[in-house]
Amino acid sequence: MNAAAASTADAPLLQVRNLHVGFRTQNGVVKALNGVDLTLHEGETVAIVGESGSGKSTTAAAIINLLPGSGQITEGEVLFQGRDLAKASPRELEDIRGRLIGYVPQDPMSNLNPVWSIGFQVEETIRANGLATGKKEVRAKAIEVLEQAGLADADQRLRQFPHQFSGGMRQRVLIGIGLAASPRLLIADEPTSALDVTVQRRILDHLATLTEDAGTAVIFITHDLGLAAERAKKLIVMYKGKIVESGPSVEILQNPQHPYTQRLIAAAPSLASRRIAFSGQELGSIEHVAANESDKVDLITAAERRVENLDAKPSESVIVVDHLTKNFKIRQGGFRSTEFTAVDDVSFSIAKGTTMALVGESGSGKSTVAKLLLKLEDATSGTITINGTDVASLKGRALLNLRSRMQPVFQDPYGTLDPLHNIGNTIAEPLKTHGVGTRNERRDRVFELLDQVSLPRVIAGRYPNELSGGQRQRVAIARALALKPEIVILDEAVSALDVLVQAQILRLLADLQGELGLTYLFITHDLAVVRVIADNVCVMQRGRIVEAATTDEVFDNPKQAYTRELLDAIPGAGIQMGV
Amino acid sequence: MSSDQKAPTVLSPDHYVAALDESPISGVDVVSLDEKPSNLYIDAWRDLRRRPMFWISSALIIFVIFVALFPGVFTNTPPNDECFLSNSLGAPTAGHPLGFTKQGCDIYSRILHGTSTSLSVGLIVIALSSITGIIMGAFAGFYGGWVDTVLSRIGDIFFSIPYILAAIVVMSVLSEHRNVWVISLAIGAFTWPSTARVLRSEILRVKNADFVTAATAIGLSRFRILVRHVLPNSIAPVIVVTTLSLAAAIVAEATLSFLGVGLPSTFMSWGNDISTAQVDIRTAPQTLIYPSLALTITVLSFILLGEALRDALDPKARALR
Repeated sequence: MNAAAASTADAPLLQVRNLHVGFRTQNGVVKALNGVDLTLHEGETVAIVGESGSGKSTTAAAIINLLPGSGQITEGEVLFQGRDLAKASPRELEDIRGRLIGYVPQDPMSNLNPVWSIGFQVEETIRANGLATGKKEVRAKAIEVLEQAGLADADQRLRQFPHQFSGGMRQRVLIGIGLAASPRLLIADEPTSALDVTVQRRILDHLATLTEDAGTAVIFITHDLGLAAERAKKLIVMYKGKIVESGPSVEILQNPQHPYTQRLIAAAPSLASRRIAFSGQELGSIEHVAANESDKVDLITAAERRVENLDAKPSESVIVVDHLTKNFKIRQGGFRSTEFTAVDDVSFSIAKGTTMALVGESGSGKSTVAKLLLKLEDATSGTITINGTDVASLKGRALLNLRSRMQPVFQDPYGTLDPLHNIGNTIAEPLKTHGVGTRNERRDRVFELLDQVSLPRVIAGRYPNELSGGQRQRVAIARALALKPEIVILDEAVSALDVLVQAQILRLLADLQGELGLTYLFITHDLAVVRVIADNVCVMQRGRIVEAATTDEVFDNPKQAYTRELLDAIPGAGIQMGV
Repeated sequence: MSSDQKAPTVLSPDHYVAALDESPISGVDVVSLDEKPSNLYIDAWRDLRRRPMFWISSALIIFVIFVALFPGVFTNTPPNDECFLSNSLGAPTAGHPLGFTKQGCDIYSRILHGTSTSLSVGLIVIALSSITGIIMGAFAGFYGGWVDTVLSRIGDIFFSIPYILAAIVVMSVLSEHRNVWVISLAIGAFTWPSTARVLRSEILRVKNADFVTAATAIGLSRFRILVRHVLPNSIAPVIVVTTLSLAAAIVAEATLSFLGVGLPSTFMSWGNDISTAQVDIRTAPQTLIYPSLALTITVLSFILLGEALRDALDPKARALR
C-alpha cells in the first residue's frame, strides 16, 4: 500500500482475516473455506469469481453469519467497521443485517414469500430496520424504495403478489429491499444469474448507479469472469475454498498468473467471444491463452475445429423448416381458453454437417421449436422436412426410423438420466429399443461410445448420482449418439454447467462433429457460446425469427436492434482483452 | 510464481497470486470412482442395514410367517379337537402354558394356529389393493386427461366410504360365504384408493423429467416408458404405504371378526377369540390378553418395518439424484 491509498481510506470497511468455515456432516467436518482474506474499503466494489463449490457463496454467507444449518466459522475473523461479526451476538447481527449490510440473494423466484404482497414484504424490511414508523410513513418509504429500484407505478405494485412479477421485477424488489436502509455494504450473490442477459444488463446498470450514488461498497459474487471484470475494479478468484488470485480486474484478465485463472479465462465464452472479436483475423492465428497442457479447454480450439469442418463440407440441407407455427391453448379457468402462439411462422434450414444456433431469451419459443422438430409436440401449421421427408405424417415404423436419425440432449444434467438405470443400460437403451445388435455387440458399442465422450469404461456399471453434471451430460451425449444419428438437437445442453466443464463439452461436441459429420441444432440463450460453436445463427424473439445470418455476420454486423441489444449484453463487452 | 512468462510484466502491488503448491489445481471434471455403485434402492438398502429397527421388525415378521406356516413345530395340541369343558377358563398347566378358553381349548395352540388366518388376510388384502391401486394410480397419473378423470373419480367414490363400514355391509350381505378370500376382498376393495392416490401424485412428479422426454425421443412406446422408467422411480412410497396397510388389514380382519361379521367361529382367528373372550375379561383375563398380544406384536412389527422403509426411501430426505 502506498501513502496515498492509506490516507484516503483510513480504516477498511470490511476486513476478513484467515476465515475458515466447515460444514458438519456424518463423516466429520468438511472444510468449505480454507483461510480467506479480503479487504474492502468504503464505496469499493469487489467481485468474487469461482465455479460451483469454490466457496464464493459460503464467503458471503459467513460475512453476515448466515451460514446454512450445519455450517460454522471455525477460525478467523470478520471485522466490519472494527467489530468482529464472527463473534457478534445474534442481536447485534440482526441490527447489522439490513441496516448496515444489505443482501441480494440469487434466486428471485424463491426469495419472495408468495403468500404476502410485495408491499408487505418491503414494509416489513422498513419496519425491521426502523427506517420509518407509522402506517403512512412506512408506506411512503416503501413506495420510495420500489421507485428507486426502478419499478414504475410503485404504489400500484405494492398491492400485487410475487407471482404477478417477472423475474427481473422480483430481482428489482429484492435489490430495493437490500438497499432500503442505505447500508454501507451490499452483498449480491449471483443476483442476475437466473435472468435473461438483457434484463441482467439493465438491472446491474441500475444497481451500479444506486450504489455509486450512495457510496455503498459492494461484494459481487458471480461465476462469470467477464461479468465480474465488467462490474468490479477488483477481482477475487476462488478455487476450492481458497483465494488463488486477486487484484485489479483488467490486470488479471490481461495477465493472469495462477494456472487456474488462466484456465478460467480460456474457458469463459464471453471472453473467448471478445478475443475473436478483437483479433478480427483468422481463427487459427489467434493467440491462445496459456492453459494447462493436459487439460486444454480453450474455447478458441473448439471454434477452430468448427471452421475446419465447415471448409470440407458441401452444403446440402438436412433440416428444412417452413412457416412453422405452434399455438398452445391456455386455460383461463372454467371452460374458457385463449390461444398463445409460441412459435410464429418460423422458417430456416440447416446444411449437413453444420451447426445452427437458435438464440433467444426465455419465452422466445426456441425450445418449442426443438420439441416440434423431435416430434414431441405436433405443429399447428407449417412443415418440417428432414432429409426430404415430411415429419408431420410419420407414424409407427417410419417415426421410429426418424427417431434413430435425430436425437436430443437436454439442459438439466440431473433430470436427463433415469436415476435407477446404470450408465451402461442408459446408453444401450436406444440400441435395445431399435433392436440393434446382440447383447455383446451392444456392450461393445457402449464402450465405444464411452471412449468417444472420454469417460472411463468402468462407469458403465455405475449410476447417475455418482457423476458430476458435466459427466452426466457426456452420458446423455453418448446415449444420443448410440444410434449414429445425423442430427443432434442440443437444447441448452451446456447452460447448466460450470465454465470449465462447459468448455470441455463444447470442445467434445466440436470434435464429434468433425469425426462423425453431425448436424447440430444448438439452442441457447447465451450468444457468447454461439460465437465459438455455431456456423449460422437465428435470433428468436416472441416466437419469431428476427434475424438469421452466419455467425460472423450476426456478430460483426447485426441488422436488428434486438440482436444488437443481445450482443451488448454479453458481459465483458467493455473490456480490453489485449490479445 | 508463474512459470511461463512471455515477458517480465510488472504486477501492481495489490495483485495477489497464491503459490501453486498451496492450491494445486486438479484435472477438470475427473471421474471419481471411490464410492461403490449406488442408486435410490441400493442406497436405501445400505441405510436399512444400519437400522436396528429394520432388523428387529424383520426378525419378528419372519418369525410370525414361520409360525403361520408351521404351527405344529411349536405345539402338539390341536386347537379345536381336544377341548374339554372341564378345562374351561382353566389356569396354565404343563403343556398348556397360557391356559384354556371358555370352551376348554388350549389358548397357546389357538393363537399359533390363528396366525395363518391373520397373515393370509393381510397378504391377500395388500396383494389386491396394491395391484388395483398401482394399475389405477399409474394409468391415471401417466395418461392424464379423461383417463385420469374417470379413474380418479372411481377411486374417490371408494375412498369416500369408510372401509370398515363398507366391509361390514359386504360381509353381512355375503354371510353365507364367509371365508378368508371373501373377507380379504371386502377389505381390499375399499383400501386400494389410498395406494392409487400416492402413486398418482408420484407419477405426476416423475413423468415430466427429462429422462422421460429422452426415452420418447429414443422411440420407446408410452407403455414401456411407464413400466421401465416412470413406475420404478415412483414406486418407493407405495412400498411404504403397502407395508403399513398390511398392518391395517390384519387389524380390520380382527375388527370384523370381533364384531361378528368376519370369519365364522369355526375359523381359528385372533379376532374371533378376542370376541368370545370379552365376556370373561374379569374372571379370566388371559383369554383376552394373549390373542390381543399376538395381534399387537404382529401389527407392530409391520408398522415398524413400514417406518424403517419410510425413513430409508423418503423421496424428500433423499431426492432422486
